Amino acid sequence: MEGETAKPAKGRVCTICNQRRAALKRPKTLEQICRECFYAVFEQEIHGVIVENQLFKPGERVAIGASGGKDSTVLAYVLSELNRRHNYGLDLFLLSVDEGITGYRDDSLETVKRNEIQYGLPLKVVSYKELYGWTMDEIVKLIGLKNNCTFCGVFRRQALDRGAALLKVDKLVTGHNADDIAETVLLNILRGDIARLSRCTSITTGEDGPIPRCKPFKYTYEKEIFTYAYFKRLDYFSTECIYSPNAYRGFAREFIKDLERIRPRAILDIIKSGEDFRISTSTKMPEQGNCERCGYISSQKWCKACVLLEGLNRGLPKLGIGRSRGVNNEPGKNTKQAKGVESIQSKQCGNLDF
Amino acid sequence: MKLTLEFGGGLELLCDSVKIHHVSVEPQDGEQKLTMKHLLSWVRTNLIKERPEMFMKGDSVRPGVLVLVNDCDWELSGQLDTSLEDKDVVVFISTLHGG
Ligand SMILES: [Zn+2]
Ligand SMILES: [Zn+2]
Ligand SMILES: [Zn+2]
Repeated sequence: MEGETAKPAKGRVCTICNQRRAALKRPKTLEQICRECFYAVFEQEIHGVIVENQLFKPGERVAIGASGGKDSTVLAYVLSELNRRHNYGLDLFLLSVDEGITGYRDDSLETVKRNEIQYGLPLKVVSYKELYGWTMDEIVKLIGLKNNCTFCGVFRRQALDRGAALLKVDKLVTGHNADDIAETVLLNILRGDIARLSRCTSITTGEDGPIPRCKPFKYTYEKEIFTYAYFKRLDYFSTECIYSPNAYRGFAREFIKDLERIRPRAILDIIKSGEDFRISTSTKMPEQGNCERCGYISSQKWCKACVLLEGLNRGLPKLGIGRSRGVNNEPGKNTKQAKGVESIQSKQCGNLDF
Repeated sequence: MKLTLEFGGGLELLCDSVKIHHVSVEPQDGEQKLTMKHLLSWVRTNLIKERPEMFMKGDSVRPGVLVLVNDCDWELSGQLDTSLEDKDVVVFISTLHGG
């Protein structure tokens, strides 16, 4: 397995152990380090983030949002490793959402099912079909490819919360990495959404909601996650969602990668900028209540998922997308509040890694 | 010289969904060594069947594509100037596709 493909050592020596051949240049520090030292610093840094931010308490039940993609696969692997090594005392679970996308989600779910066995973590799958009565395939058939990511994003967020409630977990962790967060910071700036700008950099969110979510990879570069997964030969799924991603987000993503090539620290600096915007509290966040229909947290009469579902079921699928007129647009309600939900999603729908 | 090229992270979709290619590539005319720079243009001409912009930008890989030569980050061996030897293994992984 590991090391077999490598030819005899040539090139530089690791700057940490001064013994083995360097295998990568860390984007964060520009250090040239060997594979073994890389595993050690990669895991140690994530442990440091977990401890410093007090992400977990002993005895907690924690669900890992698992898409079968590389971020959540590496997260499941590293978290179960750290849980053992440092005695976090956590009960870990894998939680997956089956959107009902033939040829995409069914394949990636197979990966998650293998991870269940490989890492010995119990898996729970919740499906759009059972929660909402619709699969993504059926939704796309009805609405076409234009707004499907709105559905995907809103439904997935709620599906994860419902799955987490079924598992009776205290927390949900997701594989969002530093690149993802930098990208979301940029998108929120481009949208003029300053209120969400600082919130999207928080390592823990939703403490006011049913289940807090946290991102142990907040400071972890995508390049290192890929390299880790590759060196460890982790079993992950990597094919683009067939319901193609949001072009605007793709553009921001590419821009971040361009910046990273010129100056790798740019990613951390963008996150820092997002964090430092915290001062602007003049933009009010909507007050949280509960959806009158399904009970999910909502600042409106009905939650976004219920509005979208109502549209689907009444054959008016545009309901709830953009500036729609629907159940929530009663006089006196601040219509501006309604647009929030989709911008909370901090990863393009296309890769379905939550 | 014989090389093994591996495409991952969705890049395999650009070359007939084949992940591993065993290929034979010679240095550019008049050159002694085969460099990554030449290999990239060879790959673009001979293996990439669609959307080359997903793989390359200018004469290098698109930012966000990881390159490993014999399991070693090509940023350590001089990127485009990396010289290749017989039986080398070169891996390309896109980090721009799905997680
Ligand atoms: Zn070392
Ligand atoms: Zn989508
Ligand atoms: Zn509802």
